[in-house]
Amino acid sequence: MQRERIKFLIFAVLVFSAPLLFNGGYLMNVFVFVGIHTMLAIALNLLLGYAGQISLGHAGFFGLGAYASGILTATFGWNPWLAMPVSALAVAALAYLIGFPILKLKGHYLAMATLGMGIIIYIVFNETIDYTGGPSGLSGIPNMSLGGVSFDSDIKNYYLIWTCTLLTVLLSLNLADSRIGRALRAVHDSEVAARVMGVNARLLKVQIFALSAVICSLAGSLYAHTMTFLAPSSFGFNFSVELLTMVVIGGLGSIYGSFLGAALLTLLPEFLRAAHDYDIVIYGGLLMVMTIFMPGGLVRGIPALVRALTSGKRGGGNA
Amino acid sequence: MLEVKGITQIFGGVTALEDVSFSIAKGHITGVIGPNGAGKTTLFNIVTGIYSQTCGTVSLDGRDISGLPPEKLASLGMVRTFQNIELFGQMTVRENVMVGLHSKSSCGLISCAFKAPWATSEERRIREEAMKWIDFVGITDLADATASNLPFGKGRLLEIARALALEPGIILMDEPAAGLNSQETLGLADLIRRIRDMGITVVLVEHDMELVMDICDRIVVLNLGKKLAEGTPRQIQENPEVIAAYLGGDE
Repeated sequence: MQRERIKFLIFAVLVFSAPLLFNGGYLMNVFVFVGIHTMLAIALNLLLGYAGQISLGHAGFFGLGAYASGILTATFGWNPWLAMPVSALAVAALAYLIGFPILKLKGHYLAMATLGMGIIIYIVFNETIDYTGGPSGLSGIPNMSLGGVSFDSDIKNYYLIWTCTLLTVLLSLNLADSRIGRALRAVHDSEVAARVMGVNARLLKVQIFALSAVICSLAGSLYAHTMTFLAPSSFGFNFSVELLTMVVIGGLGSIYGSFLGAALLTLLPEFLRAAHDYDIVIYGGLLMVMTIFMPGGLVRGIPALVRALTSGKRGGGNA
Repeated sequence: MLEVKGITQIFGGVTALEDVSFSIAKGHITGVIGPNGAGKTTLFNIVTGIYSQTCGTVSLDGRDISGLPPEKLASLGMVRTFQNIELFGQMTVRENVMVGLHSKSSCGLISCAFKAPWATSEERRIREEAMKWIDFVGITDLADATASNLPFGKGRLLEIARALALEPGIILMDEPAAGLNSQETLGLADLIRRIRDMGITVVLVEHDMELVMDICDRIVVLNLGKKLAEGTPRQIQENPEVIAAYLGGDE
């Protein structure tokens, strides 16, 4: 318990002091996205890593938050601070409605159903041109502002978004370490035994699905007000799969793992740019190698690797 | 306390249970026995809300509980264990038992996420109470072990501890001695008696005749989906129909 608190504090200090290292510049902007992706990966991890329920449509909830916030502010002139929670509440209601029938399904069938959900949402973004601008996008979304300060630069956005991300990390850690977190993992391991223990598995799954959607929606709103421009292509099936990859590569059922996965998958393409046309091959190759050699994800694989290396050195010294 | 009336279960064209009725007295250990395929496990799954029966009723303390889901039965004080133990494998022994206290705690998503003061104190209570049940079944030294790493016999004890954490009025055990060695079975017999002595009604489906005859106050015999006999262990041992069913003799 005490250790968890110290771990979080160290993480928060690192996050807040990181901009000193980047000295502004281009990486700053990438790290804004690491923050948003961390929120999304945690949202999906609560559902997949803890409750054991897959979703291939989470980019849809991300997009709904983004578009709802974008349309309410750009078209209807709402204050972003009001648009954000209203969008999140609407997405929560929608997730509840979808969640009840959809979460009756298990395994591949749930994957198919959420896939369909994501695709429908994507089509709506493309086709409701009057509201979303369709494929040509929605522009003119205002930046968020607080007490006269507008979050219009990378550094300001970095602090805005990472404050929200750290809050997501903290609340998720708390939730994971509570009776709700245990009930979720119980449903994951044996749904029938969890029910016998008095866990209302059906309701709990819908609740965590809705919570997960709300986090995605909030991340979407932050994204909209940071980018000030939205296009449907950011919220398609590809992005849902990318989120899933972040969660799995980072480590299922680990909040910090979601950060590692989000950081790796956001930063890797930037670093691989140097490899020009081969970047996608290296990217795919690296992911394959990691899933083979680190099946528990980065969060478990890195400590194991460090242990193996240090004990290997010691062994070598003795021989 | 528990009353089963006219239970019939038909799977496709197969009649697994036919018009089974009996009642179980409060504070007793009752054994449900019968040859393989007699319908014991099916009966258990119906009583504990895993299956819903084709017809018939189940009532608990005079209240009709037919068709209620297991999570509802848990809040009414009914709990069960499984033939092939169903542990939460990725969780520690302590966490497993803490899940058993789920229905005896109430903090929701929001208060848990914000670690509200009442959530923290509830969490402390859950943790302490869980330890009490881990001590009760005698696996204190394994409290921090991961459940999937436990040897089978210890897993069985954990499953019982987790069920007891609900503080049930009635506990149903599906073949609790299956897979245990003779030493462990003796320990189990002692544990089941201690559970009864706390005032909890125990029902068990069991193949181990020695155990059943030793600890049960009453026995219900099923054969081919029908109730064959009911009585004290002595009455059952002397019942010619039961002997015939088990030894395959003439009618």
